[in-house]
Amino acid sequence: MKINIILAGVGGQGILTIAAVIDTAALASNLNIKQSEVHGMSQRGGAVQSHVRISDKEVYSDLIPIGKADMIISVEPMELLRYLPFLKKDGLLVTDSNPFLNIAIYPELEKLYTEIKSYPNSLLIDAQKIAKDLGNSRATNIVLLGAASHQLPLSDESLQQAIKTLFERKGEKIVTKNLEAFNAGKEIAKEIFSQKVV
Amino acid sequence: MKKLLLGNEALAQGAIDAGISGVYAYPGTPSTEITEYIQKSKIAQELNIHSNWSVNEKTAMEAALGMSYAGKRSLTVMKHVGLNVAADVFMNMSVSGINGGLVVVVADDPSMHSSQNEQDSRYYGKFAMIPILEPSNQQESYDITKYAFELSEKFGLPVLIRMVTRLSHSRAGVTTGERVAQNEIKLPKNARQFQLIPMHARGLYNQLIDIQPDMQAHSENSIYNKLTKGTDTSFGIITAGIAYNYLMENFDDGNCPYPVLKISQYPLPKKAVKHLFDTCEKILVLEDGYPFIEEMISDFLNENKKVIGRLTGDVPRVGELNPDNIGKALGFKVTELKEVPKIVAGRPPELCVGCGHRDLFNAVNTLGEEAKTQKVFGDIGCYALGALPPFNSINTLIDMGASITMAKGASDAGIHPAIAIIGDSTFTHSGMTGLLEAVVENTKMTVIISDNSAIAMTGAQDSSASGRLVNICKGIGVDPKHLKVLTPLHKNLDENIDLIRNEINYNGVSVIISQRPCVQLSKEKKDNIKHLLEIAIN
Ligand SMILES: Cc1ncc(C[n+]2csc(CCOP(=O)(O)OP(=O)(O)O)c2C)c(N)n1
Ligand code: SF4
Repeated sequence: MKINIILAGVGGQGILTIAAVIDTAALASNLNIKQSEVHGMSQRGGAVQSHVRISDKEVYSDLIPIGKADMIISVEPMELLRYLPFLKKDGLLVTDSNPFLNIAIYPELEKLYTEIKSYPNSLLIDAQKIAKDLGNSRATNIVLLGAASHQLPLSDESLQQAIKTLFERKGEKIVTKNLEAFNAGKEIAKEIFSQKVV
Repeated sequence: MKKLLLGNEALAQGAIDAGISGVYAYPGTPSTEITEYIQKSKIAQELNIHSNWSVNEKTAMEAALGMSYAGKRSLTVMKHVGLNVAADVFMNMSVSGINGGLVVVVADDPSMHSSQNEQDSRYYGKFAMIPILEPSNQQESYDITKYAFELSEKFGLPVLIRMVTRLSHSRAGVTTGERVAQNEIKLPKNARQFQLIPMHARGLYNQLIDIQPDMQAHSENSIYNKLTKGTDTSFGIITAGIAYNYLMENFDDGNCPYPVLKISQYPLPKKAVKHLFDTCEKILVLEDGYPFIEEMISDFLNENKKVIGRLTGDVPRVGELNPDNIGKALGFKVTELKEVPKIVAGRPPELCVGCGHRDLFNAVNTLGEEAKTQKVFGDIGCYALGALPPFNSINTLIDMGASITMAKGASDAGIHPAIAIIGDSTFTHSGMTGLLEAVVENTKMTVIISDNSAIAMTGAQDSSASGRLVNICKGIGVDPKHLKVLTPLHKNLDENIDLIRNEINYNGVSVIISQRPCVQLSKEKKDNIKHLLEIAIN
């Protein structure tokens, strides 16, 4: 078993929270992990990505080879597409639909959405709204993780336990909100995929 | 259970467990998290391990040497270009040797993710004739650091550990071991060891030469240099540090058919290299950074064409390695199934919304007619982004401190107005000496210190300049009538423009401190800075 995940976003959007949950769950499940991240210049509002690799065997490279990513999870729709060369055939794409507007010329949103939807295995989600409706807009990342979780080789229990472990020091309420966000992500993914089949 | 650590964090834990009494460092990507880990470590705090930031890399390395002189183990950490700043002490302490174990960690940045160049620190290690270690993964980052201190005390020499961005900033599970107790104070046996007057230095330099064969022999038998036999001898492969992982990634379960020599300790082991030469048709060298090993083992006239790598173009000449460019060198096809859609726009880094550097650039860009011929000499920090649109405010950006000294030289050459823009931390790092030079000659130029009371670019560490700038400038001899402070806010734009315009017309050195805390600082830090500034003014 080996799974390669690319996390994408803009510096400051906190993609590493998603990485931390996956890592914690994988470590608790006795799997091998490598997770590269971006520190430095690009963190100032530039494009950032993290490569997460999990396996029951030894993981060698810290970087995922071209065409070998099983999924890309992005907290920003344009950033999702930046890493397409890494995606396997039929790999999963999960992204929040809200653009992060800090550049002079941002592509037309409708065109961007059309491009994303042209990949059959893609989930374009207004995760920000889902998180907000749950009363914790900061849990957007966890909604996206929930949406991708059905294709992770980690049990829901281990992911939920990881969320508990990571958010524990912030209090019970935050833990609950994040667990709700995770479940809401799972639900919405199910819903979208069931419609796609029809 | 294993701990999930960045390469940098694993190294830091290794240093704590090796019994260091202090880490001395100046921040710089990709090295910063090493020192930060020790600063945050509870056990390091309990053990009273020194970990405050130094003013620059040279002061850091010298302080580490002082601690070593006292017999204790010390660590000094910097990014690759930081070693240029510390090169003086670095080269000389290999001649004096050390007392307590001293390890120099330098993090290189192949592909220049956050740097001005991609220089390879292994050349410095060879230059100083000291052992170099180059971990290939997170576990080795931990293990090799403990080993480095043993090696340092064994040979009485500083040891260089070379990291690269991808290892520094990637996490994996790491098993940690026992912690060694700190050394007690124990002065050097030879009282002359640290006195490098020529008559002593010559003898000590001879000792350094004499010990080279021992270093070589140690490296020949090091557990960190591993030769694995292979079934296919059409290639023999030498990998340095992290390159090993990228190589193995190309084979299922790391079953590489070729003989592989994995290098993590230098001097380069001769026997193993010779074995590859004798048994393989070609030698492929895979190393992140410069073609350091390749150059060493290639024949000068390149007649036998046996060694291939970056110099021969089989591996890209510049930029970091990855599984794909190594796969290509091995003859594998890289299949890119999808391209980046044209709709995707670039997203370069930029100054934060509300950043004080922005308001400063807006003022500098609108000085008007008299400033038509102005040249702005920039420096290293967040404000370096002023070289990009929409500001395009900065004409040069070379190395820390160069803004002031380049402005001086340009002014001497007849360029007016010559304006230097430098951050507060860069100013105390290496701007103060340049300012003194300008003051001595009263050069016609204006120095603007963009003071955000932080070392912002590298993660908002505390700046040694906070609350001290006015007094430093006065002490250096800047005329108090031409030492001004402004607040970079949009509402002050007009008065700030007037202030700067007045100073660029002054026929001598003027200094303007543009003062507003970095917006990324916590409220607590901002309040603390306010307090410091009040003390400074009173
Ligand atoms: C010799 C050297 N050491 C360290 C660095 C890493 N570095 C780049 S910018 C920077 C921070 C400079 O801080 P400051 O001048 O206060 O500017 P700010 O980022 O706060 O705007 C550092 C430490 C470097 N580029 N060169
Ligand atoms: S981190 Fe601070 S100094 Fe750097 S761009 Fe942001 S606000 Fe400005």
